[in-house]
Amino acid sequence: MSNAAPLLEVRNLRVEFPTRRGTLVALDDVSFSIAPGEVLGVVGESGAGKSMTGAAIIGLLEPPGRIARGEILLNGKRIDNLRYEQMRRIRGKEIGAIFQDPLTTLNPLYTVGQQLTETMTTHLPINPAEARRRAIEWLELVGIPAAAQRIDSYPHEFSGGMRQRVVIALALCAEPRLIVADEPTTALDVSIQAQVIALLKTLAREKGTAMMLVTHDMGVIAETADRVAVMYAGRIAEIGPVREVVKHANHPYSAGLMASIPPLDRRVERLAQIDGAMPRLSAIPRGCAYNPRCPKVFSRCADERPDLMDAGTTRAACWLYASEVPHG
Amino acid sequence: MAETLRRFFDSDLWFSFTRSPVTVLSAIVAAICILGAVFAPWIAPHNPFDLASLNLIDAFKPPAWTEEGARDYVLGTDDQGRDVLSAIMYGARVSLLVGISATVFATLLGVSLGLLAGYVGGAIDSLLMRICDIQLTFPSILVALLVDGVVRAVLPREVHADIALFVVIFAIGISEWPKFARTVRGSTLVERNKEYVQAARVIGVPKARIMVSHVLPNVIGPVLVVATLNLGLAILSEATLSFLGVGVPPTQPSLGTLIRIGNDFLFSGEWWITIFPGVALIAMVLSVNLLGDWLRDALNPKLR
Amino acid sequence: MADAPPMFEARDLSRHFDVSRPLLQRMVAREGRRTLRAVDGISFDIPKGRTLSLVGESGCGKSTVARLAVGLYTPTAGSVRFDGRDLGAARASADQRRRMQMIFQDPYASLNPRWRVKHIVAEPIRAFGLVTTKAQEEARVAELLTQVGLSPLDGDKFPHEFSGGQRQRISIARALSSNPEFLVCDEPTSALDVSVQAQILNLMKELQQRLGLTFLFISHNLAVVRQVSDRIGVMYLGRLAELAPAESLFRRPRHPYTRALMEAIPDLDMTGRERIPVGGEVPSPITPPSGCAFHPRCPLANDRCKRERPEMKPAGDAMVACHAVEEGRDDAMPMPAIVRDAA
Repeated sequence: MSNAAPLLEVRNLRVEFPTRRGTLVALDDVSFSIAPGEVLGVVGESGAGKSMTGAAIIGLLEPPGRIARGEILLNGKRIDNLRYEQMRRIRGKEIGAIFQDPLTTLNPLYTVGQQLTETMTTHLPINPAEARRRAIEWLELVGIPAAAQRIDSYPHEFSGGMRQRVVIALALCAEPRLIVADEPTTALDVSIQAQVIALLKTLAREKGTAMMLVTHDMGVIAETADRVAVMYAGRIAEIGPVREVVKHANHPYSAGLMASIPPLDRRVERLAQIDGAMPRLSAIPRGCAYNPRCPKVFSRCADERPDLMDAGTTRAACWLYASEVPHG
Repeated sequence: MAETLRRFFDSDLWFSFTRSPVTVLSAIVAAICILGAVFAPWIAPHNPFDLASLNLIDAFKPPAWTEEGARDYVLGTDDQGRDVLSAIMYGARVSLLVGISATVFATLLGVSLGLLAGYVGGAIDSLLMRICDIQLTFPSILVALLVDGVVRAVLPREVHADIALFVVIFAIGISEWPKFARTVRGSTLVERNKEYVQAARVIGVPKARIMVSHVLPNVIGPVLVVATLNLGLAILSEATLSFLGVGVPPTQPSLGTLIRIGNDFLFSGEWWITIFPGVALIAMVLSVNLLGDWLRDALNPKLR
Repeated sequence: MADAPPMFEARDLSRHFDVSRPLLQRMVAREGRRTLRAVDGISFDIPKGRTLSLVGESGCGKSTVARLAVGLYTPTAGSVRFDGRDLGAARASADQRRRMQMIFQDPYASLNPRWRVKHIVAEPIRAFGLVTTKAQEEARVAELLTQVGLSPLDGDKFPHEFSGGQRQRISIARALSSNPEFLVCDEPTSALDVSVQAQILNLMKELQQRLGLTFLFISHNLAVVRQVSDRIGVMYLGRLAELAPAESLFRRPRHPYTRALMEAIPDLDMTGRERIPVGGEVPSPITPPSGCAFHPRCPLANDRCKRERPEMKPAGDAMVACHAVEEGRDDAMPMPAIVRDAA
């Protein structure tokens, strides 16, 4: 799967927030790619920059945030330097976005049918009657019962779980090649969550859609993603196949993160914990950002910032895996 | 104190202030108006109320820069020979006094009742909010006129003259409290359900104390904005009342009174008697309103 | 342990909310009053020093139980007893209130943003008049902050200067400041990141052992609940579906809803199994289904389940409200994968 030409490529992305107390670097040197039909999970604690990566890709960074360096390529074409109007067109047609709160995506004044058909007629060469027929199909596909009747309902007439499915239908109906989903299941109950995840997975598989799945829920990642990127303090700490990262993480941070998940199958007296907290953007430590909390810290970590390097099964930004001998 | 000052100059509020030229200009204009009004007795070139210094020969002098103007009277004189600039400074004093007092009164009343309505809820809430609704269907100037009229009818004339100023303050204040009550009630409804209030309820902190020490500090931000914007309105209301002749007593002319008096001479050519007090009123109200607009934006986290 | 008198007892506890529209609208639309049965007749007790957890999906009434327990709501019916004394009849006495405290879900809303941390932590100390001098109060606040892993110097800061996990520590310090014996924790870690969640759960367990605290723990996360509980109650639409000792619940979940809930949890071990979602949606608690509220989503439902509401009946060491379990029909539903894997 990784042999295919990447659909999305992010190279050395750096996002800055100029403030009056100096410039905050929210994302630094973030690089990854997603192949068609592949699901990349992005995990990390709140403030690690995972949502911001998604926002940068879909061109919706909150001002005054801006891309300071690096590039984002969709199908080999740069999309990070497009004007708002051009980006808006790409956002509907080639990139679909799903956010945590379905209410922010749906317009309360229009029926879901109107919103679906409008999206399709704008981006696809079809007439309104055809669009309506497809809208019903999409609603059926995302598991909305009696879709033919429900299509003329307004968003508020749906329950939370159903509304999130409408959002998914809306993100998918223009048949984008990439979906950026930011915590798509966090607002949902476990039983509904499972339904939505199963749906996203099926669609990625059947339609060959690439997906970037941003979430803090490792369980969702474990069963949906093909590869995972673990983020810490605005950088990728580790990236690799999901099974390796979840079960045999190489970076001490990913390992600590996975270990702190309470197990469901047994009771432990004391959960593994990572002491301390992730640093604020204004106070990121010198060297490796994780070094003050890292159990395997050594002298080099406090001085030099590691880039992603080969760690066998995954790529990790950690000096433990440096092949050459530290100089000096 | 030094600590507080340091924190203020380091705050986002101060930062956004220095970044907005219009706001800085408004603040300067407002400061000039307020300082000029407050220190009028010491800095005004003449004392318009000192009958001894008035000379009818000086009446109807145009502004200093016109041909017939006298250097002594920068903005000219009125029919009594009073210096217009000094009259404006003294008048602004009255206008500001009434405006600020009425706003403080409306704020105190509105905040207390809004807090009570929002936190206690139930019948008290319904009653207070219906009163607000009814009052808001009338223009506030009408409410003020009504209150003023009632007080005039009830009190004997000589008593009324003594307390006329307080009547105007009361009338304007009472006409504007619903805005404060609604703002505070809205925020209180939000804060009341937050968990820090529940935490205080769990340990049995009395209602009154929760309202004052927990809820009040968290709902006061929007009130500052409403109060600033309202100050301009209150000054205008006072000017309107005085213009209609039912405001402050003629012995203490406000800007509104000056505009009314000057109005009589507008068509006989002595335009400066009414125009300059009008300009002063506009400058004062506009600068205060612009400050209020800025404060609203600066305190609104969504726009930051 | 069963002989010890319970610290906390709920007997047939109910809380209904009037969610009718305003009178005028009701008259226009010709509809009656509407009642939301947030909690509808549940009973449980918690022995001293133990933890009972209530789990369930949003809207099942678990947070309402927490608020009933500390007296933020008064029961519509039934009673709450604390250390053998009834709380529902009159307002809780100051002494009872001092002995029970609550930790809330949202660390951003549970601390007054305008107060310094030392005042937040000291509020219960002052409310109950636990110390007499300013110096004593300061010493006690410093001790509490140290106890939850913060520095006494943090007392001078404001809540916004802390991260979510640190705020939750402040909340815990505040809850402990009145020397309570019973803590009600309403989703205390669900707003936190997973690494921080581990810190807070460890801290709570540690404090329980050291101070002999009794916990009522509310959560939607079964894995978290397994780590902290002695007993677990599974709630569905305002009622208890199953109440069982923690280990026995995970070894042998009996109620079909409990099994469905466990089956729906994402699988971290990546055994390759697909999650089997519970079909359908949680029904509205305003118009709950007839009979057993779970029957529209239950694979074992029959006519009796549609007609007759099941009561809590003993089944092994658990209490289960299910006709299928009572009639022994529950073997038709397979055990969740995690139970099978463990066996």
